[in-house]
Amino acid sequence: MELFILGCVIPVVLGLGVLPIRRAQTALWVATLGVWLGCACAAIPVVSVLTGHDLPLRQMAWNMPGGALSFGLDGLSAFFCLPILLVAPLAALYGCAYLAHEKKRLGPVLFFYNVLTASMLLLLVARNGLLFLIVWELMAVSSFFLVVFDDEKPHVRQAGWTYLVATHIGTAALLVLFAILGQQAGSLDFEALAKAGLSPALASVLFVLAVIGFGTKAGFMPLHVWLPEAHPAAPSHVSALMSGVMIKTGIYGLLRLLTLLGNPAPAWGWTLVVIGLVSGILGVAFALAQHDLKRLLAYHSVENIGIITLGIGAGLLGLTWQQPVLIVLGLGGGILHVLNHAIFKSLLFLGAGAVVHSTGTRDIDRLGGLIKSMRWTAVTFVVASAAISGLPPFNGFVSEFLIYFAGFSGARADAPQTVVLAIGIAAGLALIGGLAAACFAKAFGIVFLGEPRSAQAAGAREVGPAMRWPMAALALACLGIGLLAPAAVQTVLPAVRVVGHVPVTATQEATVLPTGGIAKPGLAMAATDSDEPSPRPAALTMPPTEPTTLAVRSLAAIVRVSAGLLVLAVGLFVIRRHLPRGSEEVATGTWDCGYARPTARMQYTASSFAQPLTDLFRLVLGTRKHGGVPEGFFPPPATFETHTPDTAREHLFAPLLRLIDRSLAPLRRVQRGRIHEYLLYIAIVLVLLLIWKAGGRS
Amino acid sequence: MKIMPWALPLAAWILAPLMLGIINRVKAFFAGRRGPSVWQLYYDLFKLLRKASVYSRSTSPVIRVGPAVVLACMILATLLLPWGGLAAPTTFTGDIILLAYLLGLARFATVLAALDTGSSFEGMGASREVQFAALAEPSFFLGMLVLVLHFGFSGLSNMVAGISLETWQTSGVLLILVACSWFVLLLAENCRIPVDDPNTHLELTMIHEVMVLDYGGPDLAYVLYAASLKMWIFAALVVNLLVPMRSLAPWLQAPVFLAGIVLVMVLVGIVESIVARLRLQQVPKILIGSALLSLIALIVRLVG
Repeated sequence: MELFILGCVIPVVLGLGVLPIRRAQTALWVATLGVWLGCACAAIPVVSVLTGHDLPLRQMAWNMPGGALSFGLDGLSAFFCLPILLVAPLAALYGCAYLAHEKKRLGPVLFFYNVLTASMLLLLVARNGLLFLIVWELMAVSSFFLVVFDDEKPHVRQAGWTYLVATHIGTAALLVLFAILGQQAGSLDFEALAKAGLSPALASVLFVLAVIGFGTKAGFMPLHVWLPEAHPAAPSHVSALMSGVMIKTGIYGLLRLLTLLGNPAPAWGWTLVVIGLVSGILGVAFALAQHDLKRLLAYHSVENIGIITLGIGAGLLGLTWQQPVLIVLGLGGGILHVLNHAIFKSLLFLGAGAVVHSTGTRDIDRLGGLIKSMRWTAVTFVVASAAISGLPPFNGFVSEFLIYFAGFSGARADAPQTVVLAIGIAAGLALIGGLAAACFAKAFGIVFLGEPRSAQAAGAREVGPAMRWPMAALALACLGIGLLAPAAVQTVLPAVRVVGHVPVTATQEATVLPTGGIAKPGLAMAATDSDEPSPRPAALTMPPTEPTTLAVRSLAAIVRVSAGLLVLAVGLFVIRRHLPRGSEEVATGTWDCGYARPTARMQYTASSFAQPLTDLFRLVLGTRKHGGVPEGFFPPPATFETHTPDTAREHLFAPLLRLIDRSLAPLRRVQRGRIHEYLLYIAIVLVLLLIWKAGGRS
Repeated sequence: MKIMPWALPLAAWILAPLMLGIINRVKAFFAGRRGPSVWQLYYDLFKLLRKASVYSRSTSPVIRVGPAVVLACMILATLLLPWGGLAAPTTFTGDIILLAYLLGLARFATVLAALDTGSSFEGMGASREVQFAALAEPSFFLGMLVLVLHFGFSGLSNMVAGISLETWQTSGVLLILVACSWFVLLLAENCRIPVDDPNTHLELTMIHEVMVLDYGGPDLAYVLYAASLKMWIFAALVVNLLVPMRSLAPWLQAPVFLAGIVLVMVLVGIVESIVARLRLQQVPKILIGSALLSLIALIVRLVG
């Protein structure tokens, strides 16, 4: 545990160290060294936990109300550490090259990057509500300063502002949540919170607060509004870290809270399933309508958070219905998707960063043909595109397969609700997968293939090795997890056990579920702490091995097919080249159906590619079209553009915030911008608190 | 390794081009022509394999690698198909999911290769292909869910092995609904009328054929062969549903299965001859309609 804390301290210390350094190169390398050293230190305990060793809870005395300064590293925390430990160092290395030509002082951005990394690591081991909130806020603030790196641009300031407001709405919900929970338990230590013994109604209220609080960070639809603003505004390696890793702390928080709330009600599971489907389908629909490469990727984060939430929701329903297969594979698929998404999404953001770095534009419709000048970036980008579309042999398929598997094998004809869940999973995931494939065919196809659509795209150059190698490493990780799928499932099991409370021991042999159907919800998992082995209901004594073995056996077969696919594809390609005239090539123009003078601007664009699909979703998207059809025999120059603003932002939050603004307007009278008045307010509040506290004592 | 399970993939690899020939003969019969020989595709493939290739100057390695990936996906997908009572060479719980995603990967490769040429026509086809595929996939999985509810979740081979005459007596409606739904998918995924027309290259309404406009030589041979395998895969799925193989004597299963596939092809030929091409805006409706068929089957299963 000390090693882990040391891993959190090193990046911050070295980050502080770079603040006074004036030479950009030195500062970059020192700060990056901090991230690498910190992550290396933290990796040691994480690996030991994931390989089955238990770390004791570490408690230190703390001069604060609400318990001790406690840290713990269990399977769940350790698994969520993996994306950080993988992505943060690689993105930092990439940042070295990305920021090298920046005119600005780099001290602050490097410092906040290191603070963000450290605070995310610390958040995962915090076992006290107050500590958790402090670190949560540290994470939010440091990422805010990273988002507003280009603060001379007004739209970046605007994005930063949106992010700051959104994240604090979330934090407000969490404050209330921990206040209620702490009051019930009498302490803010998670150990104590787990024993709070909440009434079901109160637990449901807390669950809703958690969905709002953590969902804002994770990007649940419609709380996602900050993602498409903040991710494009931030430097690309920061977007990679934020979108790939930071938003997952919301998922972690939700899972951690579920371990504290006791028996899940069926409604919780359904809530998460619905949120997952809505975020997944609408996230990808909005992504399809975007022209800004990074904005498109940001909406895809919403989509993938949807897939993760769908898996977790299925797991929760499994807990209430006592179906081990749903618990283990639903939760397992969802949690494994956290790691997978971290890998391919950060890879995509790094790839987008390379494109921006080399062409200076994020507008997909101005790019094209980059594969010829940026071969490395193109290859890694296409790997990530296939992975995020859930295609074999890459990692995205593995986690989606687990969720499908959970849905299909949980479905039983005598229990209609399991079938409803299976329909949601099967049809929903298939639709999301199909739309994601469409969207990434567009993103990769329009940006990298065809002819360049602008001078910037024509003049693109491949990026340097410090940016290429992190992308190559992440692309290898995509393929690696795809080909080591059974091992990946084993890694995720410790995390599943923390949330699913399914006994670990394989010695208890499988007692097959009575009907597999619906059991009394009251029986589900009684205790969370392993100290007092409470009598477990019969259905749950079934170890997670049975569904896991089946799934692992399937995954092993899939790995064989995937390997066969790679070998066969290469083989067929080689055969094709060795045909009698297989390597003879004649170069000519693209066949354009007899039209003599095709130009690069006549190619299909991102907007035209996505138009049939965005038309299907026009009710939600509300795409606005400007410009019109040229008329007459000698038409004047015509323009056409489409623009898809965020519906939730325009029709939900904007009116809501305007309403709040108007109703709180009278309060402006006390806010007049004079420091001494504010000091007076603070003094008054402190005195009142003192009186209240003293009154309580007597 | 047992040899028998490999008989079906082998039959698929050898006979798949013949099936497209049968469709063309049926269409020719309805049109009152003599039509090309049923072996025509074999001649074409051999001719194409001996040719050199022409590539557009706009293209990159993507279009050169694409056909190999597509064909590899299709060949592996045939390994997952059962043959009545005979299991597939590779069968495991959830293999159908892999089957669907292998087809997805093949589609992804085709679409990227089409965009590689920079042609607006191929972009148009690619755009339509991804749109219809996104709608077709949920329908495929819903049909699968009906089978899962009926036979339990296991490998495709196990599930179709459970279909017998008794199954037909008790729940024939389900099988027919799912088979209808999958037959619509067969037409849509294999670019058949009423969704797409395999014979036109130069219409503004084309989908699949336009994506392969720029192929020639061995690449075109790979693509055509992969297309015939895809047709076989969908036909085999439908036949497996409709023919209660378990009730047949083992020596009868293979001929009956092949006869079933030929019958499906004849049916496709008849549909192509007597149905008009749909307008593009109507295509999502029949795809959603096919999903609804499976949904109805699910409801029937739950209520009944």
